[in-house]
Amino acid sequence: MIETVLHALVLAGLVASALLVFHFRDLLAAVIASALFGFLISLEFYILQAPDVAIAQAAIGAGITTAIFILAIRATGRYEEGGA
Amino acid sequence: MLMRMSKIVRFSADLLYAGILIFGFYVIMHGHLTPGGGFQGGAVIATAVALIIVAYSYEDLLAMVSKLRFIVQESAGLVLFLGIALVAVGFGTTVFANYLANSGSLFGMVVPFGSNPGELNTGGVMPLMNIAVGLEVWGALALVVLYMLSGIREKEA
Repeated sequence: MIETVLHALVLAGLVASALLVFHFRDLLAAVIASALFGFLISLEFYILQAPDVAIAQAAIGAGITTAIFILAIRATGRYEEGGA
Repeated sequence: MLMRMSKIVRFSADLLYAGILIFGFYVIMHGHLTPGGGFQGGAVIATAVALIIVAYSYEDLLAMVSKLRFIVQESAGLVLFLGIALVAVGFGTTVFANYLANSGSLFGMVVPFGSNPGELNTGGVMPLMNIAVGLEVWGALALVVLYMLSGIREKEA
């Protein structure tokens, strides 16, 4: 029972963070939302009893990828231009 | 123009660096007992390096490390991995044979029978392989982020 509730919470958080990535015009905030997505999917892997994959996902998906995106933002602009 | 983050970010990165590094070494050293291993631990350590790379400017980083250091470390990890595998041929067995398990020497303890919390001094060549892979992944992933930063600098100059 409690596992089902946890699953529902994490999956709802995944959808919400993915929508936030799409919504933010401030790209730094979008990258942090993307890191939150990586962290939540790592939590989901852990709940599904794959701690090995969870560690790799937390380190690469939420860590290295975020660092590379932040460096890319430093090289370009912080705010998205044009569009709605 | 010196591109570095604020003093708060740099101090927080300095504080977190030691903790993440120790957790990464823990994951590598307990690779044969607990979830994780060389790749996962190396990726965790590379995250700590990436944190420092993001927080500081390229000029600050060149005073700390060089690209050659990571290239040498990556190559050393690969050579160590292949070397450990090929030494088995010298013992008259096949490549990747576990010649250290139950030998009583390095990581050579006989695994105790029954349920136990896990002995660190077991596994034979597996912990050594984990250390080699950890070194390799640490160097390679840090190199990827460092090259990303150096490319940015060339664009601005």
